[in-house]
Amino acid sequence: MAGDSVRLSKNLLRMKFMQRGLDAETKKQLEEDEKRIISDEHWYLDLPELKAKENLIIEEKSLVPCEGLFYGRLSFRGFNPEVEKLMALLNPKDKKEEEEEDDVSHMQTDVTDEEMALRYESLVGTLKKKFAKKRERATMDEDDVNQNIVEKNSKKAFLKPQD
Amino acid sequence: MGSNRCCSEYVPAKGETVIGIITAKSGDVFKVDYGGSEQASLSYLAFEGATKRNRPNVQVGDLVFAQFVVANKDMEPELVCIDGSGRANGMGVFGAAGLLIKVSLGLVRRLLAPHSDLRADLEQLFPCELVVGMNGRIWVRAASVQQTLILANLLQSCDTMTAPQRQQLFRRIQMGAL
Repeated sequence: MAGDSVRLSKNLLRMKFMQRGLDAETKKQLEEDEKRIISDEHWYLDLPELKAKENLIIEEKSLVPCEGLFYGRLSFRGFNPEVEKLMALLNPKDKKEEEEEDDVSHMQTDVTDEEMALRYESLVGTLKKKFAKKRERATMDEDDVNQNIVEKNSKKAFLKPQD
Repeated sequence: MGSNRCCSEYVPAKGETVIGIITAKSGDVFKVDYGGSEQASLSYLAFEGATKRNRPNVQVGDLVFAQFVVANKDMEPELVCIDGSGRANGMGVFGAAGLLIKVSLGLVRRLLAPHSDLRADLEQLFPCELVVGMNGRIWVRAASVQQTLILANLLQSCDTMTAPQRQQLFRRIQMGAL
């Protein structure tokens, strides 16, 4: 594209249809920049900052959160399966049930961790063998999977015959 | 047992779900009777998937399960049948083949309490479904008309029975005496 053929004016850029293409970020930046332009005519109160007092009393008009009431649709013995799904989804969960769920999932990950470690031990060895050359493979086979070094017989060297 | 009073009127509270009856259609808004001192309004757009072109299928006289979004003493109460993210979550029009009854507000609390004996007893009875409105209205449906009627009568009498009396009645029903 030919560079800078038409320069758009500031007012044109501020129009709504030009703003639609902008990101949310650039929009926010533009808004902030406009706010920062404070001229002398802008009046402000010369007072210390007032803190809103924190209200420790909450007014709750409904009984539902106070008593932990269940969801209003109930189904018994599978009469309406969709409602039973909603019940499972929307009812406040029991604390005990939640703890049990945590334990089960914890146990599952424990087992998989051990399984993973065992699997990786053998996996590393197998892949190493695949890419090793023939001579190295021969020496490798002597080693144990767990790297327990078996005593090797020393290489057979030439023994000078005794006179 | 103050919760057995059947004359206490329901006062709407924001976030509570109730069973309402559509009484009128005026423009883009339905008028809903929830058993309170005035009627609530329910916009036709407050249903899952509703748009100006795709209007929900709601007629005068229908039952709706809805929640309050506006409920204070200064303004007309407003109901919606969707949650904050636009999903129905079980709210909306319902009511085919069931029965609507009026009970005390205390019974609703007992029915929906976290560890409810009443719910546990119902689980042992027969397959059925209930819609429970915080305004003291319960809609019931079971496999047969007879079972539906038994369930409706059972719940209405629970208001005036003690726990042992209720359990005795449940046992009688289970054994097929009624």
